[in-house]
Amino acid sequence: MPKDPSIKKVLLIGSGPIIIGQAAEFDYAGAQACRSLREEGIEVVLINSNPATIMTDVEMADRVYIEPLSVEFVERIVAKERPDGIVATLGGQTGLNLATQVAEAGILERYNTRLLGTPLRAIRQAEDREEFRTLMREIGEPVPESWIITDESQLGDAIASGIWPLIVRPAYTLGGTGGGIARNVDELLTITRSGLALSMRHQVMIERYLSGWKEVEYEVMRDANDTAITVCNMENFDPMGVHTGDSIVIAPSQTLSDKEYQMLRTASLKIIRSLGIEGGCNVQLSLDPHSFAYYVIEVNPRVSRSSALASKATGYPIARVSAKIAIGLHLDEIENAVTRKTLACFEPALDYCVLKIPRWPFDKFVGADRRITTQMKATGEVMAIDRAFEPALMKAIRSLEVGIYGLANKTGHTLSDMELEEAIRVPHDERLWSITEGFRRGMMVEEINALSNVDPWFLRKLEGLVNLETRLKVNAPAFKQMSKALESEEEEAQEPLEERFGSAVRLLREAKRMGFADRTIAEFAGIPEGKLRKLRKHLGIVPVYKMVDTCAAEFEALTPYYYSCYDTEDE
Amino acid sequence: MKAILALEDGTLFEGQSLGATGRTNGEVVFNTGMTGYQEILTDPSYAGQIVTLTYPLIGNYGINPDDFESRRVQVEGFVVREAAEIASNWRSKQTLDSFLKERGIIGIQGIDTRALTRALRVRGVMMGAISTEDTPESLLEHIRNAPGYGSKDLARQVTAEQSYRWRVGDTKPVSADSVSEVKPRYRIALLDFGVKYNILRSLANLGCETTVYPCTVTAEEVLRANPNGIFLSPGPGDPEQYGYMVDTVRQLVGKKPIMGVCMGNQILGYAFGSKTFKLKFGHRGSNHPVKDLNTGRVYITSQNHGYAVDPDRLKDGMEVAHINLNDGTVEGLRHKELPIFSIQYHPEASPGPSDSAYFFHQYINMLDRHYGRS
Repeated sequence: MPKDPSIKKVLLIGSGPIIIGQAAEFDYAGAQACRSLREEGIEVVLINSNPATIMTDVEMADRVYIEPLSVEFVERIVAKERPDGIVATLGGQTGLNLATQVAEAGILERYNTRLLGTPLRAIRQAEDREEFRTLMREIGEPVPESWIITDESQLGDAIASGIWPLIVRPAYTLGGTGGGIARNVDELLTITRSGLALSMRHQVMIERYLSGWKEVEYEVMRDANDTAITVCNMENFDPMGVHTGDSIVIAPSQTLSDKEYQMLRTASLKIIRSLGIEGGCNVQLSLDPHSFAYYVIEVNPRVSRSSALASKATGYPIARVSAKIAIGLHLDEIENAVTRKTLACFEPALDYCVLKIPRWPFDKFVGADRRITTQMKATGEVMAIDRAFEPALMKAIRSLEVGIYGLANKTGHTLSDMELEEAIRVPHDERLWSITEGFRRGMMVEEINALSNVDPWFLRKLEGLVNLETRLKVNAPAFKQMSKALESEEEEAQEPLEERFGSAVRLLREAKRMGFADRTIAEFAGIPEGKLRKLRKHLGIVPVYKMVDTCAAEFEALTPYYYSCYDTEDE
Repeated sequence: MKAILALEDGTLFEGQSLGATGRTNGEVVFNTGMTGYQEILTDPSYAGQIVTLTYPLIGNYGINPDDFESRRVQVEGFVVREAAEIASNWRSKQTLDSFLKERGIIGIQGIDTRALTRALRVRGVMMGAISTEDTPESLLEHIRNAPGYGSKDLARQVTAEQSYRWRVGDTKPVSADSVSEVKPRYRIALLDFGVKYNILRSLANLGCETTVYPCTVTAEEVLRANPNGIFLSPGPGDPEQYGYMVDTVRQLVGKKPIMGVCMGNQILGYAFGSKTFKLKFGHRGSNHPVKDLNTGRVYITSQNHGYAVDPDRLKDGMEVAHINLNDGTVEGLRHKELPIFSIQYHPEASPGPSDSAYFFHQYINMLDRHYGRS
């Protein structure tokens, strides 16, 4: 079906101020949606309370209202502008909550307008814990044992079940605010009280905490014709218990076999269909690392923080396509903006590895509790792309701008062995470096896996990087000699360095391929960074650039979105 | 150990050996699926081919005893950018490298697989060879002397040596005279051009007992067993080679309800007057969008084929039912009156999405209608 001809003007709700769990990614989504709708000849009216956004630039929408995101102001704007529909699934949880309130206030009927895309019923079913669980039971998708609580006096059943630990999740909050893991009755009481106070509906869910299970997310899209696709899946480095926003995330999943990948993909598509979402949706699942057992954890019936990551990771513009779906277009009627040859109705194939690391503000809040739990604390994130896990990780570490350039943080070496084990066991902002310090002290993959439940595949990669670090240190004399030889060589031609220092040259090549910075290698080699770089370039060890094309080179792509890597062919 | 990969046009890649050592040749193709290497390695439709995976990190979850799609590794050679040193998955019994060594499969790792894929996309699939013992010159010479992909009867190489059976509840093949303990809902005769086990598992899950026949079987022999339905399997090679199978299928048309998959779709195309043409770089992966022309719905499908049926030559009531959204080629056929349909992609998934599993139900429904059951 072509786009709905009755829609000529829409109101787009922005996400308001930047807060934890809802940052610039929603500006990105809103701006993309504005362009996408205007491309289709739709007049866009925008409301957002945050003027420090790109979407509120005068040229983005046809009309911009910088007003408080409240029912009252939305009503006034609707009365004045008389939009044919409201798009609410691109403004994060704020936009979604506001749209729910606007609908409940009867404003849609009063001004003869409607919610576009995902219907209100779907939003309610996904957001209300009890309705969601009922729906999951109906379609046969497993959800963990849980209890819905609106008052702390109702905790009796949960306590009587004897299931510990339990996780507390408040309804209608973002970033998991007010939630946490309770290991005993006292903790359960404390967390439940704070959760109830923070929930818009004064409702929390208490459920079995899946300790050590893998956490996997799927970004899915569906149109009004019931065609549904997966844009991307992502695997968390940190097992269950760490909020996804606070976890290191890898796309695509690395440790799932095809059977597991497809099982969770099928479940995600079944869920988006059962909810009747029209647009993008994020499904979080938990997978037992020792069987095919899995649970559905949560669904976000909207463009989410993860959608922004998935968009950047795959090149697939989720917000752009969601906006078009909202005005009635089908996935097979929307062009893939990256290839311009294929359609939006396909699933991106990646031929690289994407890694996200959260950025926490603990450098500014020095006294804060640096432990990471189910309540999101990160205020930003970095993403890196490369052909393998290791270089993507090393790039991401440098992008954090926390004064760490490699596999060692500032304090790791000062910890006692006991303290280090604790730092590996309990998630905190620098756990990654506690793990590498563990390998530096000779701990084994199995030991660290037993402490942290991080998958052995990731741990083996970190161990390999630490080993490479050691080899670089051992080869310092060869690097020094090479650097010296290079300087004298400029005066008198000699045998090429590759022949005289074959193994050190190969090691340098490997280190660059694995993502080590010149700065770090120079440190290990004991030569100035400038000289190391000069040596590297002299040896012809330079990066090439490859394209993020959504299709693993199967089709020619036109959008210039590149990443660097130490591979062979430069595009 | 060093290994080299050479393409027919002289393009050369240097990397490290993966799996067994030695020399192998085949048609070099790429698959864009990000998971499912074990299923791909054991899919008979890859016979005669050197398969490269575009996803760079392969072997992460190892090899397990359950995800075999046939008894053997079927690819002629295997190309990856990075093979995992350790396998991390609860079902894994072996690493990829040790598995390939054990099965004598020659592979190469550490090459720029994206550069290789781009070469194949631009210049089309072509013959190539991997070696741990040749010079580039001797390897190119070897490719020139090797028979072309399209000249081999690969189906006869991978088909069942003799008939066998897959009953309800079975997890592996049993002899053709084994009797089912439960009465099957339908008895299916499957013509094996290179069947994947998951087709047999899928039929068994729906209560069917399947007898698998070698591709050289005659129509009389199939009909003598009086099956309820015929299933034409996927398989490798150029369908132009398979006149004998087309003849067999022609004799079965109108006698029993027929479902075809992949090569089965192409053979039915020939049986109804059409031909196939070779695609420049084929469709191999888990993300190909296919449109059902009847409903307008689009499905994400698992694909593995290098040839497509010519839609313009179809006759005698056969029509196009599905098309590929990327290039518009034929992805499925349906007969206007007879109980016959076929699809070019893989409803059995393994690897890839199972969105098209409904075709097996559709087949059962077709049999129900044909036999007046409901």
